[in-house]
Amino acid sequence: MVKVEFLGPIAREPMEVEADSLAELSRVLFREESIRPWLEKCAVAVNDVMVKDPNHPLKDGDRVSILPPVCGG
Amino acid sequence: MSDMELYQGPLDVKAIFGRWLDEEAASNYGAFTPFIGTVREEGGIEALSFDIYEPVLRSWFDAWQEKARARGAKLWMAHSVGDVPVHTSSYMAAVFSPRRRVALELIEEFVEDFKANAPIWKYDVIDGRRIYAEDRSTPMEGAGVLELGKRNEE
Repeated sequence: MVKVEFLGPIAREPMEVEADSLAELSRVLFREESIRPWLEKCAVAVNDVMVKDPNHPLKDGDRVSILPPVCGG
Repeated sequence: MSDMELYQGPLDVKAIFGRWLDEEAASNYGAFTPFIGTVREEGGIEALSFDIYEPVLRSWFDAWQEKARARGAKLWMAHSVGDVPVHTSSYMAAVFSPRRRVALELIEEFVEDFKANAPIWKYDVIDGRRIYAEDRSTPMEGAGVLELGKRNEE
């Protein structure tokens, strides 16, 4: 299981998902009505490291953060 | 003291910049370029409000500190978490450098990348309600990495 947390304005509790790659996780997330509109604009960190490979492997206990569009300052 | 500081509420700009100056008083830098972001009164807002994801902000900042070091310079940064009322400040950054050219260039590059890639979310506060500043927000570098799932659903 990996733990998925949704940051900033995505009003959604963390969820536990069975997935062994980011691609598999994204298939699960796109089925969720409430988060689907966010996903194309979101970046992803795995265990607090930004990830750019859509096929990035995931292992049991990984923590995946979903980061929506930003605006600091 | 850390070179990246987060504060609940508005920044005490004079105190923070004063401390940075004290820290670097004996460092023999010749040029300092501070940048200060202050909340303007517009669109009926009473404040801006911020969420920050600190672990990713920390590694983003550390990578920039490394770039600054390679050019002989040093960065400092402070940002607010939570509500920051109009006419108070939410963001400070400064480059300390031996020479002006690096200081001027680096502060621009740093602040622009900060806007695009620092994991910070901004909200307008109107009538006590927090409204995500969606139209002013930018997808981070690497956004779209979840596209595969969409393709599969179509």
